[in-house]
Amino acid sequence: MDRPLRLISASPVDRLARVLEGMLVVAAQPLPVEELAAAADDDPERIETALGLLRERYREGRSGIVLERVAGGYAFRAAREAAPACGRLFERPVQRGLSQAALETLAIVAYLGPCSRPQIASIRGVAADSAVAGLIERGLIAEAGRENVGGAVRYRTTALFERVFALESTAELPRLEELGADAEEIRERLYAVAEKRPA
Amino acid sequence: MIARELELDLDAFEGPFDLLLTLVLKDELAPADVDVAAIVVAFVERLAERDELDLDACGEFLVLVASLLELKARGLFPDEEAELADLEPEEAAEELARRLAEYRRIKEAAGWLAQRLERESDRFFRLGPAPLAPAAERPLAAQDPAQLAAALRGLAVEPPAVSLAHMGLRFPPVAQFLERFRALLRRRQRFSFDAEVEGLSRVEQAVAFLALLELAKVDEVALAQPVPFAPIQVARRRQQESAHERERRPAWIAHSA
Repeated sequence: MDRPLRLISASPVDRLARVLEGMLVVAAQPLPVEELAAAADDDPERIETALGLLRERYREGRSGIVLERVAGGYAFRAAREAAPACGRLFERPVQRGLSQAALETLAIVAYLGPCSRPQIASIRGVAADSAVAGLIERGLIAEAGRENVGGAVRYRTTALFERVFALESTAELPRLEELGADAEEIRERLYAVAEKRPA
Repeated sequence: MIARELELDLDAFEGPFDLLLTLVLKDELAPADVDVAAIVVAFVERLAERDELDLDACGEFLVLVASLLELKARGLFPDEEAELADLEPEEAAEELARRLAEYRRIKEAAGWLAQRLERESDRFFRLGPAPLAPAAERPLAAQDPAQLAAALRGLAVEPPAVSLAHMGLRFPPVAQFLERFRALLRRRQRFSFDAEVEGLSRVEQAVAFLALLELAKVDEVALAQPVPFAPIQVARRRQQESAHERERRPAWIAHSA
């Protein structure tokens, strides 16, 4: 009864942090700094500072809730510690694994998007219809207009894609040039095959 | 047999072959959805039903199905304008190598995504539609109690009694006008409908018009109107002729002949 009340910091940044905390707990999507700044009616730089406080408070090992920078904004997620229990209670956003066709299609859209089904098909060499439909159903890609009036529908990756793959943005993907064999090696192998072929 | 009229029953389309081609050319049916092999099978089955080989039909069919196949291929590979066949062997190898390298990189990227997905599979977060943004406030102008009272007073006035006069309308029977027009046509060969119904109420005029349509239906009268909204001319037709006249007619024809 006589225990002294815990002191609640009256510093303005602390107060701002509590306001941001409130908005983030209601949000179902990552909130960009600009949006938080507009809603809190405060300066984006001060918002960043307050978010820094919150990230320290909500980090792995310290809290069951983790504040992360993802998909161009800030969002809460469950700590990894809580994942097994969450897994028994909730479905994962991508519960079933993605097929090789789906992963390749997703990679094409993530790196080269927005791009259309014929473009995807020309890179993969087979029709991409069912892979595209499956990715749309999972919410990992979405329509992004048409190539031109009446042209093929183009697709882009969604914010959910970035959240599921824990990416701040698609710029975080490894550079395409650094992936895979370089064209030179393939070219040499092609020539080798051509030389063996009887003329 | 005409190839264009070949009846098809495919997943994406059911109907004659030429309609399918029309739909494809109008972009109403994606060539990629058309099962070309099934069309060929349908054609070959039709051919097999006949004893003789219809070379004209086969030739036409080959041309049509080849065009369809080309459209389908172009639809799947729209960037294929730089056809490998048109290139020098070295250029072709270069192009092929470029494409293979591109695909290899995408395959690697897919592998990277698969690993990432595996590593991040224990991420749980709230999903769902975002709560709605608050509705914009619509501020009201300052309110004056006297104005409000005046507005309410306007509403509190006893509403005017609704007239039920139209409920009491009695439509004269159509038969009445049928008799009247028939009697008129016994005396006269033709009359003007507008002149006849002049002075009658709107409803009576409408019923009179119904009677006129009835007479026209059973071919008792012929109606004529030179231009829209001009007076309607009603002329007697044969059925209206009296038995006496009917008896006289053959004699008259014979006489005039």
